[in-house]
Amino acid sequence: MTEPIVKMIDIKKHFGPVIALNGVSFDVKPGECHCLLGDNGAGKSTFIKTMSGVHKPTSGQIMFEGKEMSFNSPRDSMEAGIATVYQDLAMISLMSVTRNFWMGREPVKRVGPFKLIDFDMANSTTMAEMKKMGINLRSPDQAVGTLSGGERQTVAIARAVYFGAKVLILDEPTSALGVRQTANVLATVDRVRKSGIGVVFITHNVRHALAVGDRFTVLNRGKTLGTAVRGEITPEELQDMMAGGQEMAKLEGSLGGTV
Amino acid sequence: MSDNAPAAGGPDANSDERVKEMGGLRKWLIRPELGGIVGVIAVFTFFGILAGDSGMFSAQGIMNWGQISAQFMIIAVGACMLMVAGEFDLSVGSMIGFAGISIAMFGVVWGLPMWIAILITFAICLSIGAINGFIVVRTGLPSFIVTLAFLFILRGFTIFVPQTVENRTIIGGIEEAAEGDWLAAIFNTDLAGWLFVWLGNNGIIDTFSRGSREGEPVISGIPMLIVWAIVLVIIGHIILTRTRFGNWIFAAGGDAQAARYVGVPVDRVKIIMFMTTAFCATVFACVQVFEFGSAAADRGILKEFEAIIAVVIGGALLTGGYGSVMGAALGALIFGVVQQGLFFADVESSLFRVFLGIILLFAVVLNTYIRRIITGER
Repeated sequence: MTEPIVKMIDIKKHFGPVIALNGVSFDVKPGECHCLLGDNGAGKSTFIKTMSGVHKPTSGQIMFEGKEMSFNSPRDSMEAGIATVYQDLAMISLMSVTRNFWMGREPVKRVGPFKLIDFDMANSTTMAEMKKMGINLRSPDQAVGTLSGGERQTVAIARAVYFGAKVLILDEPTSALGVRQTANVLATVDRVRKSGIGVVFITHNVRHALAVGDRFTVLNRGKTLGTAVRGEITPEELQDMMAGGQEMAKLEGSLGGTV
Repeated sequence: MSDNAPAAGGPDANSDERVKEMGGLRKWLIRPELGGIVGVIAVFTFFGILAGDSGMFSAQGIMNWGQISAQFMIIAVGACMLMVAGEFDLSVGSMIGFAGISIAMFGVVWGLPMWIAILITFAICLSIGAINGFIVVRTGLPSFIVTLAFLFILRGFTIFVPQTVENRTIIGGIEEAAEGDWLAAIFNTDLAGWLFVWLGNNGIIDTFSRGSREGEPVISGIPMLIVWAIVLVIIGHIILTRTRFGNWIFAAGGDAQAARYVGVPVDRVKIIMFMTTAFCATVFACVQVFEFGSAAADRGILKEFEAIIAVVIGGALLTGGYGSVMGAALGALIFGVVQQGLFFADVESSLFRVFLGIILLFAVVLNTYIRRIITGER
């Protein structure tokens, strides 16, 4: 059994009197896709923000490759190898794909006394990396605004992978996408996982989770309700856990199918 | 979303058949400088016809609108980069008056060597720029409000200090005080005088035909004002388009949160941009003070808006994340040519403001359209 890259133990996070997380434990191993499910307000976002260094946990341990870590900023966790792709904040639509891809880590070359961005290298690398992910760009100068939602997610994922992420956190990457684009993003997740990166996939869509997940952890009201391994759980059970069971079953009865 | 729906049965080929190849014209259209280039051509054609024989395009005439344009350019560079970073600064005009009075107070009234007065003034103004930026970044308030406050605070001080100390709001005697000062010289020297003497002697440009300067060329050299403008535009353009920091400026203005998530120090970028604007305003003040030989507390009024208009004509979006220093420089050129051109064409000069308003509206509408093309929403 491989050791987890990131292990979060009994994480608690309070915002003043509000208890957002009340003891959540979670881990992700290399090459697996661990899905974090939960309804709105379950604490998914707070939890991944503690993992990516945006929030500091009130109590609890974060172990990264066996060592205890404390992230003070997103930059800290990024440097450790945890990359986060946020649903709508992944890209800046007015800027070119290349500028987005390298944002924060622009390659520079010396020209006389000046350090200028090495656009030749940046452009060709961007094109090559996007091709690997199955996206053919018209040109690297193309503004991200001209890409579809799924393509933007893919650029963000490609960026994280290129910069050596060991753990990739995806925050509801499929929630705003159409059917075909969702399939593309899920295929990308699968490709990334096979390259040995640990993927944390946040979603509230059970079908998307089951399509790529190896393990499933359900979060409800700031607590983990349990972790299940692929094949040991049915979509219905997962759905019930997320939504709190009984009422949902009734609702679905009246709606005539799984939501 | 309809744009993103999968084509029924469409093959997943290498090139997406649903993305149209972008035509050359369209590609040109999304350059931020487009508006500026079109405007420059239009303005030159217009005045070429209307005022072609009025001396507007003689050496003297060119120097005339060239200097006015250069003034606009200096403040437009700072305003442009700040706007790309997603903020703007309404205190530029007050800062110009403030810096001028500061130089006069330290250098003339309190008798410090001029170069020390200049350095102190730069230090004070850059600090005020930093405070502007710091307040905006820390409070998250719109820069409109914060810098509006400084518009009044600075203007008030600019009048209060000389009024209290000297009982007047115009301070002269700067020329004498700056005599032979090395730092003042970089704001107030004419370069390449020999070239113009040569041009004058060979009859390429006019020479004075009488008076104490008889025989001297009508232009004594390239004023430092123009040199500063060109140097600032070039440096600004390179920083914005070619450097890592430039990419951060775009990122900070495009989407500050997304930029923070990938480790761009957004707050630092914005504060530095406020300081850059203050720097440009101070350069403007220095050039003006040493040219006029005096400082007045009412200098620079409305300059902040003129800078913003030049930047918007130059294709920058008021919402940040998009713009060009070259475009802003073209906007400033349009400004200068029109302001002086109306004079040469013997048109009532109040019409200049009418023109400004109209061209501003045009520019904003064009920019909004261009933005839609870039972001793919049609």
